[in-house]
Amino acid sequence: MSALFSLAWASLLNRKGSVILTIVAVALSVALFLGVEKARSGAREGFGNTISGTDLIVGAPTGSVNLLLYSVFRMGGATAEVSWPTYQKIAAREDVAWTVPIALGDSHRGYRVMGTSPDYFEHYKFGGGQQLSFAQGKPFDDLFDAVIGSEVARELGYTLDTSVTLSHGLGAADLGSGHENRPFRITGILKPTGTPVDRTVHVSLEAITAIHVGWESGAKNPLADTIPEEMIRSFDLTPKTVTAIFVGLERKGTILTTRRAINTNRGEPLMAIIPGEALAELWNVTSVAERALLAVSAFVIAVGLVSILTSILTSLNERRREMSILRATGARPHHIFLLLVFEAGLVGFLGAVLGIVLIHGLIAVLAPLLQAQYGVAFSMGAPGLVDLAVLGAVTAASLVIGAIPALTAMRRSLADGLSVRL
Amino acid sequence: MSRPVIDIRDIAFAWKQGPQVLDIPAFRVDAGERVFLRGPSGSGKSTLLGLIAGVLAPQSGSIHVLGEDMSALSPPRRDRLRADHVGVIFQMFNLVPYLSVTGNVLLPLRFSPARRKAAGSDAEGEARRLLARLGLEDAQMLKRRVSDLSVGQQQRVAAARALIGAPKLIIADEPTSALDADARDRFIALLSEEVARTGASLLFVSHDASLAPLFTRAVDLAAINRAMNRAMNRAGAAA
Repeated sequence: MSALFSLAWASLLNRKGSVILTIVAVALSVALFLGVEKARSGAREGFGNTISGTDLIVGAPTGSVNLLLYSVFRMGGATAEVSWPTYQKIAAREDVAWTVPIALGDSHRGYRVMGTSPDYFEHYKFGGGQQLSFAQGKPFDDLFDAVIGSEVARELGYTLDTSVTLSHGLGAADLGSGHENRPFRITGILKPTGTPVDRTVHVSLEAITAIHVGWESGAKNPLADTIPEEMIRSFDLTPKTVTAIFVGLERKGTILTTRRAINTNRGEPLMAIIPGEALAELWNVTSVAERALLAVSAFVIAVGLVSILTSILTSLNERRREMSILRATGARPHHIFLLLVFEAGLVGFLGAVLGIVLIHGLIAVLAPLLQAQYGVAFSMGAPGLVDLAVLGAVTAASLVIGAIPALTAMRRSLADGLSVRL
Repeated sequence: MSRPVIDIRDIAFAWKQGPQVLDIPAFRVDAGERVFLRGPSGSGKSTLLGLIAGVLAPQSGSIHVLGEDMSALSPPRRDRLRADHVGVIFQMFNLVPYLSVTGNVLLPLRFSPARRKAAGSDAEGEARRLLARLGLEDAQMLKRRVSDLSVGQQQRVAAARALIGAPKLIIADEPTSALDADARDRFIALLSEEVARTGASLLFVSHDASLAPLFTRAVDLAAINRAMNRAMNRAGAAA
């Protein structure tokens, strides 16, 4: 066995050029597959790490995935809001420990603006229970204070006390139809979290009301900007509605009954979701696309394996003499078979190892860039079970595929006998 | 009287759908003999060697090699007999291109525990010793790729490979046809010397009748192969 293994190794070394090409083909296909897999699991991990410690999210009735996406991931938008009295009713429930209302709908140069209460910085948790913390400054205090996420600060070059204005709606450009007359002062910059918080501008709920004074009809009243700031400060700025409410419960055990109570609320219709459950639902939706991607990259691996087959099959003719020599020096037919199977297996194994090294190197180098540019999170770290499984599967498949040329060579060597033909 | 190393009786062989190639009533090689078998190309020499080496089986008759009835043995057993007891030297291109000189010499030991045992614990030393006896002792030369060796050197490496692990029978199929006269005579002398030293038998096949005096006995394949005679008679009658 080991004698044949070293023979296979020597034979591969002798054909270095073509063997290396085949190994690279296998390596690239394995790297592609693992890259897709790691992007997939990274996305799941990233999403899963975005919110923790929140038991329920309450909003106006919509799809549970939709509510999760706009309240936590700042994707899409709400079609309806929750009225302030209803919010107060929920906050006053006995089984509710804390609530954080949020109001969405405005933006700042492509980054979403979220109105919330200062409790947000205390109760919102991510990555398995980590609290938000400030790199600089403190939570908003004054009406026109703003706290920005780390990415907003980095990308837009903002520091403490920078003055910013918001725009109405989610348009990227500040095109006059905004709140440019109501500048905010940055009082806090959050530490990076790897969640959508990094891409959010946080202000108080009252501030959201304040900048919409004069917008009661849904569009901006031409006279809105003429109202002086002092007058606005004197108004009752209690919000009329909120977009969603993060809810923490007194006891986890009541989560289902509380949710049921909110969902069947008399008066204003409401919807309460459990974040983890909604996330699972989201995975159900995306898993079709994920499976398609994985299937495509699995086929690419199959192409890589076929290249092993091709390279060995094409070498068989010129190696006919070698097989006769091996037979004459005592190799039995199964030795010839094993020699070629080992060669195929070695190429597959080396290709898979190279592919794993390649993708881990690439991720180590490119992950920060991808995370910053596209928000794609890759799962980092040492090669894990998935890599081992792929290594094992590719090696096993190569051994099986190697049986095809191996059988051909074995049959031929039996027919050729000792007479070495050219 | 010693047991014959090769004992052939009444064998007949034809390739599939081809005419009969061999029809040999009797042929034997005794232990320690160095037999020269002369035959022109196409006379069935290689077929006969294939039968003796056990990679082919005759349609009828019996071949005993080292006392074993080849036609009664299963193909794996015939393979094992060859691996353990027979060394083979071809006309040319004897060597596995991706193995070193010593790697080629040691090749039979990979497949035969019996020969591994016979070669002793220092197989590499044994390989170098055999190569040195065959006139290949230059350390530089041993490091070269086998494809860079001269044909004469390649044949001597092949001889060392056939001899390692003391097989009882060496079969050489036109091993000198690619060598010039000087190299040829030296090769045969060295090979004979080593064969004599190990006590093996040698079956040396060539079309070149002038080599006959270098062996203990010479046999003309045409004289023992009736299939050949019939073919020639038919050709003669047609002319």
